[in-house]
Amino acid sequence: MPHHEFAQLSMSEKISKILKYVKEGNILLIEGRLDPLEESELIKRTMEIITKDFKGVEIASIDYSPKKNSLFEKIKKDLGNFLLKRRPGLTIVGPATIVKEIRKDPKRIELLTMDNKKNKR
Amino acid sequence: MIKGLGSFFRGIFGAFGSKKRVKLGFYGPPNAGKSSLANRIAKDWLGEEFTTASAIPHETREVIIKEKVTIKSKGKELTFNLVDTPGIATKIDYEDFIKHKMNAKEAKDRAKEATKGVIEAIKWLDQVDCVLVVLDSTQNPYSQVNITIIGNLAARDIPVLIVANKSDLRKADIKRVEAAFPQYPTIGVSALKGTNMDEFYEQLFKLVKR
Repeated sequence: MPHHEFAQLSMSEKISKILKYVKEGNILLIEGRLDPLEESELIKRTMEIITKDFKGVEIASIDYSPKKNSLFEKIKKDLGNFLLKRRPGLTIVGPATIVKEIRKDPKRIELLTMDNKKNKR
Repeated sequence: MIKGLGSFFRGIFGAFGSKKRVKLGFYGPPNAGKSSLANRIAKDWLGEEFTTASAIPHETREVIIKEKVTIKSKGKELTFNLVDTPGIATKIDYEDFIKHKMNAKEAKDRAKEATKGVIEAIKWLDQVDCVLVVLDSTQNPYSQVNITIIGNLAARDIPVLIVANKSDLRKADIKRVEAAFPQYPTIGVSALKGTNMDEFYEQLFKLVKR
């Protein structure tokens, strides 16, 4: 999901949109990180709609920082992000009934899905 | 702006100097040992436990407060209100409780209460003065729940001490917890066995004096 689909939305609208797609059984790959307040709001709103069929979400935010830039490159990039309200990184969100686990460590990320009692990577 | 004002007033009044009691929140994922640590502190200083700890996830499903716990360390004294919160999770499956020998109705009721508990825990983030983020040191610390909790506390400018619990277990890896959150002080303890608690209290006082 590209950045521009979220850029103009309020936090509440953004979370409603994420949860709508996730409840439909989609795994979302969103351009840009959610900020911590958005993440906690997403958890709260998820808890409000848990049923025996919708058991919650798995989520992972990833900071993406390419190789070291010069100071000028960094300022240019930060300014671009600021003007376009763009955030670096990625967010992965999926329904807990499909995504068993998202494992993170500093160097890699693994997404394990449910598949007839067998896990696939 | 709010963060800036928080720092400003904290700077003026310093060390929660104008408050009589420090509201100390216990946050973390389910089963990390928040209630065990809260009980350990209460037992050390009041001689009694105040909350229920169990191996079943989401044993704590509402915020439980123990008021007026006075702790002494190195000749100094501080009084806390301990705020034990439900574990924060992104998913709750009632079938997990059935594995712990509950019938379907009990499991569904417990799952419902657990969802409310997570919401309550998040709401309480705005009401605590400083926080112990209690993590199970045998588990991968890079979970999104941990990152979200710590990110929220940072955004609110709330002082944090990371407690790497269950240090007595063979798989415990305190260094890995430290490496995951290098910007915060981390202390390894076993709340169950009371290991390293003197060092913990010293770190707690440093946190409050921050």
